[in-house]
Amino acid sequence: MSATTQTPAFTPDTEMRRRLGRRRALLDAAMRWFCLAATVVGLLFLASIMATLLWRGLAALDFIVLTQEFQPTRYGDDTLPKGGLVHAIVGSILQSGIAILIGTPIGLLVGTYLAEYARGSGFAHAVRFVSDILLSAPSILIGLFIYQTVVLPTGGFSGIAGALALAIIVIPVVVRTTEDMLQLLPNTLREAVVALGAPRWKMITLVAWRAALPGIVTGVLLAFARIVGETAPLLLTSFGNNVLSTDLTRAMASLPVAIYQQANSGFPDLIEIAWSGALIVTFGVLAINILARVALRPRK
Amino acid sequence: MNDVSMAAPMSAEQARGAAAAAAPRIAIRNLDFIYAPGLPKALKGITLDIPDRQVTGMIGPSGCGKSTLLRVLNRMYSLYPGQRAEGEVIMDGRNLIGPDVDINELRSRIGMVFQKPTPFPMTIFENIAFGVRLHERLNKAQMAERVEWALTRAAIWNEVKDRLHSSALGLSGGQQQRLCIARSIAVRPEVILLDEPTSALDPISTLKIEELVDELKKDFTIVIVTHNMQQAARCADQVAFFYLGELIEVGSAAQMFTAPRHPKTQEYITGRFG
Amino acid sequence: MPSRPNWRGTVSTSLSSAPVMGERRRVGETGDLVFAGLCRGAGGFVLLLLGAIIVTLFIGGLPAFRAFGVEFIWGLNWDPVEGREEFGAGVAILGTLVSSILAIIFAVPVAFGIAVFLTELAPPWLRRPIGTAIELLAAIPSIIYGMWGLFVVVPFIQYNIQLAFGEELAALPLVGFLFQSNNFAGTSLFAASLVLGIMILPFIAATMRDVFSQVPPVYKESAYGLGATRWEVMRGVVIPYTRISVAGGIMLGLGRALGETMAVTFVIGNANRIATSLFDPTNTIASVIAMEFPESLSGSLQQSALLAIGFLLFVISFLVLATSRWLLRPRLK
Repeated sequence: MSATTQTPAFTPDTEMRRRLGRRRALLDAAMRWFCLAATVVGLLFLASIMATLLWRGLAALDFIVLTQEFQPTRYGDDTLPKGGLVHAIVGSILQSGIAILIGTPIGLLVGTYLAEYARGSGFAHAVRFVSDILLSAPSILIGLFIYQTVVLPTGGFSGIAGALALAIIVIPVVVRTTEDMLQLLPNTLREAVVALGAPRWKMITLVAWRAALPGIVTGVLLAFARIVGETAPLLLTSFGNNVLSTDLTRAMASLPVAIYQQANSGFPDLIEIAWSGALIVTFGVLAINILARVALRPRK
Repeated sequence: MNDVSMAAPMSAEQARGAAAAAAPRIAIRNLDFIYAPGLPKALKGITLDIPDRQVTGMIGPSGCGKSTLLRVLNRMYSLYPGQRAEGEVIMDGRNLIGPDVDINELRSRIGMVFQKPTPFPMTIFENIAFGVRLHERLNKAQMAERVEWALTRAAIWNEVKDRLHSSALGLSGGQQQRLCIARSIAVRPEVILLDEPTSALDPISTLKIEELVDELKKDFTIVIVTHNMQQAARCADQVAFFYLGELIEVGSAAQMFTAPRHPKTQEYITGRFG
Repeated sequence: MPSRPNWRGTVSTSLSSAPVMGERRRVGETGDLVFAGLCRGAGGFVLLLLGAIIVTLFIGGLPAFRAFGVEFIWGLNWDPVEGREEFGAGVAILGTLVSSILAIIFAVPVAFGIAVFLTELAPPWLRRPIGTAIELLAAIPSIIYGMWGLFVVVPFIQYNIQLAFGEELAALPLVGFLFQSNNFAGTSLFAASLVLGIMILPFIAATMRDVFSQVPPVYKESAYGLGATRWEVMRGVVIPYTRISVAGGIMLGLGRALGETMAVTFVIGNANRIATSLFDPTNTIASVIAMEFPESLSGSLQQSALLAIGFLLFVISFLVLATSRWLLRPRLK
């Protein structure tokens, strides 16, 4: 392009464009590299956590950890018995399982209310708002709440108090997934059920819930994965226990609390056991998460 | 309990001939409908007779009110607060849109099939048994008999008899729609409402459904909403043309498609708008 | 009902004989009323639950509020020793706010980079696995972050940052004081903020990714059509289009960070003093409760003070989460 033969006003300043273009391209490349680096950093964190867990957790993970109760530190004396975490594993499963049994029906009903009965009403907005707040509220405060309302009046830490605290965490998770999944159902499905002469509650319980089942199951699994790793609320409610106990009215061990106590004990052999507990919890939680994702995939 | 026409089914020609004479199964009188307070009426002063055991076709451009009317007939609109119908829809001497109607019982007498197939997320057998169980107590053998009967009437039995206990979601679109028809007739309604039942289907499935409609009118009163003029001409005995919430013209299919009285009808069926 | 001549009459067509009629069932309205009542009641229960939590914490904290008045909120002393008990929430509130805000500062740029990478840069086959990996980061329990922080991050800060560059950093003009500390344990405000930042990273990244991918392609395409680079499209179209939701996502992350307990308790050093340097130990509301509550005596002034700071934490979290939800409302129905 020559500037002499054409109207100057319409001639692009090629030199300026080229310079500007180079700067723009450079900036763009810099941003791309930054984004790539950020992603690598994020993945490195995950890799570092996993590697640490495997490296330190596998060192102490053996049959004894899975089958024995707590033992005090051996001070390096190998003739003393090695301790394990079976009391904590049993306690965790028990408390989390009861929490799911209590929290799921309540969450299911609330989610159903929001999706099926109360679209747009003021009361529904309030319920949805409060449920969302509970979803992200500090879990230790739920522990304080249960301490004041259950532990104090009943005279002591107990497994059932722990389960109740966890149940409060379960509810909003199940509410959210239930509502989301029911909202996804086509309205014609509801109308088709009602057109057969079904009352609304049968439409919901027999068809809508069934159609939303994979999503609801996902929500329950995610809730389970979340509470299995919860430590803070249990510290204030079931407190922990060094022996295997299935008595819900007494203090009860849980895996996260046992890990917390042993990791902070300062004794290398107990810290090792804490790491193997951490490995069990994390891989359990991640396995449930992956299972939940599979459950959510549409099936034929 | 039985009337004469039940014992001696008429041929299609006889039925057509008797259309004007027979008492209407449903009589719609001065029906108005609004979707929400403040909105204009979606139906304005509709008066129409639905003859017994015939096919009434409803045609008209989108938004003309034909589907709305269908949703009034089995009170589907009652699901949504704010939607209101006024006037009379008389069946067996009772106003269906009156306040003291048992809606679920009403819907067991007036079934409905939707535009898109709506199989429930359960087995083929359970899909059919679902509606029956709502209204009747049957033992296992009776239920199996009923399911077979409904699937046979819906001309799908041979295709599904070997997979009754697999999921209904695995059927093809046309099969799903016939399953939905079977599900409706399993409840043994008197009236079946079809809301554009073939608009989501391929031509062969469409043909099967149309043949089925012709077969079913021996026993059921059928109202079908359709966008497809040929379909109305093929299936319907009586055709009603709606425009902007009003019933413009109603008459026998032959008269409507060969000698419409109203110029709007003429324009619509010749495809000048739609 | 009036007479219905052909009501369920026998169908005598050639097709098939009519099946047996079953006993009629009446579909009552009771079931509907009961079920709707149950659902509504469950909704009311959730409302009551939140109300009960607030009221319980407040009542539990009342003796402490009475004993120290409003000064409780900014008082800096926290002394549970019997006989000279004195409680003020100032250090814990400040520690909570500062550690969370620092965590946001660490997490947001990285989360942004990840979100852009996942929505704009990564080849499609890579998006799902990387997205899943980042989401799994959110699933790891906080106690694991705490242990990992204590045994990996803290020594790293101690040896690779503080001992290696501490003096050089402290000598920097203007900002040098941030690195001037006589605490060489590694457990510090910095460690807590870093671990918190990593914990909330997946939440913020996921929100950003979701809102970025909701930008209608036609907006982006018209900018590309003008010859804009990816970064220019990001800055000129995607960010302006999504900035409110992005702010909501950041607030959500902040809300999570404020109440995070176990990870912080492991690495913050748990000292009731204001951190003047990144490498100083301090505490947060949640860490104080976790450290002291299990050992406190029921009915003691200490326990009441712990419930009182719990109440304050609830108020702060509530405000932040409510703001977040308000900012994210266009995404909600």
